[in-house]
Amino acid sequence: MSTLTVSAQDSATMLERELKHTRRYPLLLVGSILVPVVFLLLFVYILGGPIGHGLGHVARGSYVNFLTPGILMMTVAAGTSSTAISACLDMTGGIINRLRTMAVTRGAMQTGHVGANVLRALVTTAVVTGVALLVGFRPQASVLGWLAVTGILAAFSFALAWLSVAIGLFAKTVAGANSLTLPLQFLLPFLSSAFVPADSMPAGVRWFSGHQPFTPVVDSLRGLLAGAPIGNTAYVALAWCAAIALAGYLWARAGFRRGTR
Amino acid sequence: MKALTKQASPPPPTPAGAITARGLRKAYGGKVVLDGVDLTIGEGEVFALLGPNGAGKTTTVHILSTLIPADGGTAAILGHDVRAQADAVRAVIGVTGQFAAVDNLLTGEENLLLMGRLLHLPMAERRARAANLLERFDLVEAAGQLPSTYSGGMTRRLDIAMTLMGRPRLIFLDEPTTGLDPRSRHTMWDVIRDLSADGVTILLTTQYLEEADQLADRIAVLDHGRIVAEGTPEELKQRIPGAHIRLQFADAAALNAAALALAEASRDDGDLALRIPNDGGIRSLREVLARLGDDVAVADLSIHTPDLEDVFFALTGGPAQGESQ
Repeated sequence: MSTLTVSAQDSATMLERELKHTRRYPLLLVGSILVPVVFLLLFVYILGGPIGHGLGHVARGSYVNFLTPGILMMTVAAGTSSTAISACLDMTGGIINRLRTMAVTRGAMQTGHVGANVLRALVTTAVVTGVALLVGFRPQASVLGWLAVTGILAAFSFALAWLSVAIGLFAKTVAGANSLTLPLQFLLPFLSSAFVPADSMPAGVRWFSGHQPFTPVVDSLRGLLAGAPIGNTAYVALAWCAAIALAGYLWARAGFRRGTR
Repeated sequence: MKALTKQASPPPPTPAGAITARGLRKAYGGKVVLDGVDLTIGEGEVFALLGPNGAGKTTTVHILSTLIPADGGTAAILGHDVRAQADAVRAVIGVTGQFAAVDNLLTGEENLLLMGRLLHLPMAERRARAANLLERFDLVEAAGQLPSTYSGGMTRRLDIAMTLMGRPRLIFLDEPTTGLDPRSRHTMWDVIRDLSADGVTILLTTQYLEEADQLADRIAVLDHGRIVAEGTPEELKQRIPGAHIRLQFADAAALNAAALALAEASRDDGDLALRIPNDGGIRSLREVLARLGDDVAVADLSIHTPDLEDVFFALTGGPAQGESQ
């Protein structure tokens, strides 16, 4: 067997292991659906009226169309928690030392975590999309547009997955790993154009919002779902994803190489 | 006795040996953990690394099993250098550490099958070997359950079974019975004896002298990162003087009479007892009693041979004794 075949095989083994974990312990998956759904309902039914009014979208229907892409992005971000927790559990349990003393491809474990994160994100965003449709979301995207939306969601979850694996490898406790993903789950989505357009924000926040990765991601999702032209926003979003994935990958690799506890 | 029979029949050691370590050093942030450890372990041997907590046992195992690099020194496992040929080393070793290295979200059987896949065994072989190990380690009924429902002994058995999926030629067992109840400990001892009977080389670490005495062909006593003594259990015991018999008397008159007959004895007037240096053998015992004659009534007699406990405390008792080795 060539090295490449072996490492692909080991990664597939570890991916299957992660998916088995998800099936056996579905609470984390349910949580990463529940949180965005609660935000969706909260913003559509409670805060959406005044926000939509303030934004000039008088009807609730238009605000749900504005909001849903942001909720989908948040759904992807909510998945970082499960991945960081799983990576941290692997690292703090004895299993990591066993794998290190076996001739298992380096990085197979991390690849498994990342792959599982992407697959889970596709499932959770599909479920959340379904709930959004139930509460009035009316996308105008073409088939190609949907494919592009799926592609961006996958790329975004791939990028955040590497980052959350790195967080999980470096965190000393599972609770710590979870806490470290909170800025990804909540802070960055709120400081982007996910809930309100950036131009409605105070100057400093607006500048930040315009220069952070979550904004181009949500803007391109929103444009694609509305069937509107998005210019080069998707490329900016994908460039951010590539940069985050690379940084997360390098960080995770350094974390895995550290000595045992 | 065990050591003698073992010495008579071991396979001729390969030039490389199973484990060869020279001058291993490791320090964490200025604190020296290993201070020049040499080990030579032959194939098929059961070797115990004995020492108190913090002596450097686990660090030694971690270095030899490629988990962490040493700061200095060299080590080879079955002829493969642990640094330069780490994957070759990993292919022939199995490690069961102090903390259970099982996947708690997979069932016992799934854990074994996971190992089989990571070892790239064909599916039929994976299944056959997993079934065999479940049977051998009495885990058939628990095979479909998560390890979180297992007792400590069951978890440890699953852990060893996972290690054995790869048929390792050399197994590191880092404190394999720490935290187990007496029954599970004896089960684990049987497991270790069976492995040894199969020709597997075993390096085990333990804090328990009895365990080392029971299982090991040779023992190295590790203290403060240095090996302070090495040899068969019998050799180590011989290094400590102190074998004696103790005679207890009913009154001072008997004690005095006996002390006259046995000039070499040291007396303990408070306890009305004599302590006579003696190896505890039948012949020397008979000789002592003959010298005592029939007139002196002995209330009680006990034989004291040094056990590994005495050896251990004598060797690791204090820095001065440690330095003198």
